[in-house]
Amino acid sequence: MNLRRTLSLVTIPLLAIVLALIVGAVVIIASSPLVSGHLDLVLPLRAYAALVSGAFGTVNGLIQTIVSASPLILAGLAVSIGFKAGLFNIGAQGQFLVGAVAAAAVGAGLAHAPAPVAIGVSILAALVAGAVYGFIPGFLKAFTGAHEVVTTIMLNYIAIQFVAYLITGPLRATGATFARSPSVGAAELPVLIGRNGHLGILFALVAVPIAWWLLYRTTIGFEVRTVGANPDAARYAGMSPRWIVIATMTVCGLLAGLAGAGEILGITGYMPAGYSTNVGFDGITVALLGRANPIGILFGGLLLGAMRAGSNLMQIQAGVPVQMIDVLQGVILFFLAAELVVRYVFRVRAARAQVTELQTVSRSYGQQTTP
Amino acid sequence: MTEPTAPLEQHGPPPALEMRGITKRYPGVLANDGIDLQVHPGEIHALLGENGAGKTTLMNILYGLATPDAGQILLDGEPVSISSPSDAIRRGISMVHQHFMLVPVLSVADNILLGEEPMAGPVFLDRRSAYGRLRDLATFFGWEIDLDAPVGTLSVGWQQRVEILKAVYRNAQILVLDEPTAVLTPQETREIFTMLRRLTTEGYSIIFISHKLYEVLEIANRITVIRRGRVVGERLPSQTDEEDLAQLMVGREVQLTVDRGTSHPGEPRLVVDDLYARDDRGHEVVHGVSLEVRAGEVLGIAGVAGNGQDELVEALVGLRRPSAGRVQLDGHDVTGAGPRDLHQRGMAFVPADRHRFGLVLSYPLTDNLVLTDYFRPPYARGIMRDEDAIRVQAGKAVEQYDIRTPSVDVAAATLSGGNQQKVIVARELDRDLRLLVLDQPTRGLDVGSIEFIHRQAIAKRDAGTAILLVSAELDEVLELSDRIGVMYRGRLVALMDARSATREAVGLLMATGGSQPQKTDTGAA
Repeated sequence: MNLRRTLSLVTIPLLAIVLALIVGAVVIIASSPLVSGHLDLVLPLRAYAALVSGAFGTVNGLIQTIVSASPLILAGLAVSIGFKAGLFNIGAQGQFLVGAVAAAAVGAGLAHAPAPVAIGVSILAALVAGAVYGFIPGFLKAFTGAHEVVTTIMLNYIAIQFVAYLITGPLRATGATFARSPSVGAAELPVLIGRNGHLGILFALVAVPIAWWLLYRTTIGFEVRTVGANPDAARYAGMSPRWIVIATMTVCGLLAGLAGAGEILGITGYMPAGYSTNVGFDGITVALLGRANPIGILFGGLLLGAMRAGSNLMQIQAGVPVQMIDVLQGVILFFLAAELVVRYVFRVRAARAQVTELQTVSRSYGQQTTP
Repeated sequence: MTEPTAPLEQHGPPPALEMRGITKRYPGVLANDGIDLQVHPGEIHALLGENGAGKTTLMNILYGLATPDAGQILLDGEPVSISSPSDAIRRGISMVHQHFMLVPVLSVADNILLGEEPMAGPVFLDRRSAYGRLRDLATFFGWEIDLDAPVGTLSVGWQQRVEILKAVYRNAQILVLDEPTAVLTPQETREIFTMLRRLTTEGYSIIFISHKLYEVLEIANRITVIRRGRVVGERLPSQTDEEDLAQLMVGREVQLTVDRGTSHPGEPRLVVDDLYARDDRGHEVVHGVSLEVRAGEVLGIAGVAGNGQDELVEALVGLRRPSAGRVQLDGHDVTGAGPRDLHQRGMAFVPADRHRFGLVLSYPLTDNLVLTDYFRPPYARGIMRDEDAIRVQAGKAVEQYDIRTPSVDVAAATLSGGNQQKVIVARELDRDLRLLVLDQPTRGLDVGSIEFIHRQAIAKRDAGTAILLVSAELDEVLELSDRIGVMYRGRLVALMDARSATREAVGLLMATGGSQPQKTDTGAA
């Protein structure tokens, strides 16, 4: 029973990945004359083989996979916990950015403090910044009805501009050749394993079971899921959808902010002006891949992390540019959203139940629920 | 008795519709098991059966929504295979669903034309010819109807007629009506019946699905009863009565009217004083309602749906803030108190819309059975849920309230309506109550479930609970109540002793509010 349910849950994501690899192969073949000088039908195989061996072939590759996966897992949780409460948190990117810049600012301020203090306070700052940035759309939704999709998208832009202002203005490091924040010094996360397996990977690995436990084993999670599944029934049951929406968005922001702290304190050591990662947006893909379930998020994050980690070797060995990963990821997202296409191609007749996160996505366009 | 007539009627004209040996198996259920059904031209054929008996499956097969595993469908003696609803419509079969499929903001005419727009050329609509035909049809039924009135402004009875008109407009020869009277007043029902009889004189065949036995006896020419996917009997109305039909449907003897005994009303439990409430659009729809429900009595509120009952109930159970007035429970002022507060003061509420309020359909029965108690021991300690305690309670409830389910882990959505309602009743009634609010507690349920729920309510009354019953189902109010009130346009227009209330008198109050009878047959409200 449980195994069957799990299988029916992972079918569509797995098939979406397979389809994406096929589409990716077509793209690689079509562009292969630029690499091999002729149409190279085996180039996709070489590229994918290099991708896999880059991500899993060596210990360092494996660690790199986990390092790349960590922020994706946290952002994926930030999106999927929102899904559970019936909220489409597109703002993970903004929450990630304010978390990152808060960690960078406080870390730079405490660059010469004792490491545990510097690290602890910087992370705390990122958590608070992300939480506040999640609280805002949650509060607006609960008390004014402003749709979280609209407000979080707008807050994303505000975050980008705010970060740019800080890094080029008050936070700009003196003497640096390009606009960036000062180094975080003592707040830098210690490397635990391999070349760059920093402390931040533990955040993600710990957040997954905690999120699962909260969602499925506590009354708080029960309330969150009930509000997502049927807000009227939640009210009837004496819950307060308003406060749950606010609390959920706040926790989502907190998780995304934590992802930002991990990237700044664990990888770059400072915040550059044009800090361009899409961790927050990739979190949406991860959440859909993982069916909004924390365990699924873990695997979804690892998959996308592995593609990032293996892409360099793919470029070196097969000559296929790393941007191919973005193509693959985009196509995966496409097929996850257009679930019907996947069902049609593979003649999947499994139950359509439990794809609540997709309903949340489509409800965001004019409050319509998918049938 | 099962199929004595089939061979005898070979020499008449072929039936308009014949379904032979229809069998449909779903995982774990034999939904239809060799069902034979003959519907003759000009006949109103009633299809009776409990929820889950297989009526819906049979009609879905007829309408092209499901493919039978075995069996044959013949239209006018010709075997056909119906692959989709549009195929069914093309062949003259039309379905009027229980839930209206109308667009409220579109006009009557647009609703009828929707999906089959008459065209003048490739781009433009040919409204003129369509309007002509619609007017002819309306005249045929003797109606004065404003074709340009938005459907949302029509009364429910008129909306139902628009639905039927839609089917007739599309040249349907066979009409399937799924509980067409579920939401109508007795008066409206009578008007629909007149319309249906008019149709049969023109050779239309009608399949009439209903739970209301006396209606079936009144309107049908023939009655087929289905139980557990099989035809268990075919009757002519003249040869049968309600008890006989109920027994066929349920498979055992059923008490159609609960023996409600005598009540022993005690002190006032719920006191409502001059209560006002607004609907979601901000219009005041409850105007100064005052009432009192005493311990050990059932106060029934009758009224046509949409006369402020929903808002009144929501204001009483904490889902809506009253705009003025006072509510007292056991002497405490609970005006504006939330659902949890009221729950803890001993109020339980069985909502009318069980899918919207009463259940989380995607949740398993376990979670649904503790939906209002999930946060307290033994189901939770602190924030930790106790899954074992929840399961134990679910097992007990399933047994005690006879909830038919393969396990306590299946989603509530997979249960039949009657069993879903039993889940809510099990959850809400399974403790000592001061006040029980029942809002349409048996809407859409079969006789077996209705009997069960009515008994539970009476048992609670006899245990001293005050019960407020709100229902658009007049029979239910008459049957259960010790005192009866009637809601009309947001006011409580009458309050009487149940012993002195008659069906006709209450029905008239529901329709007119007690003033002189109003003309009700204009299209726009």
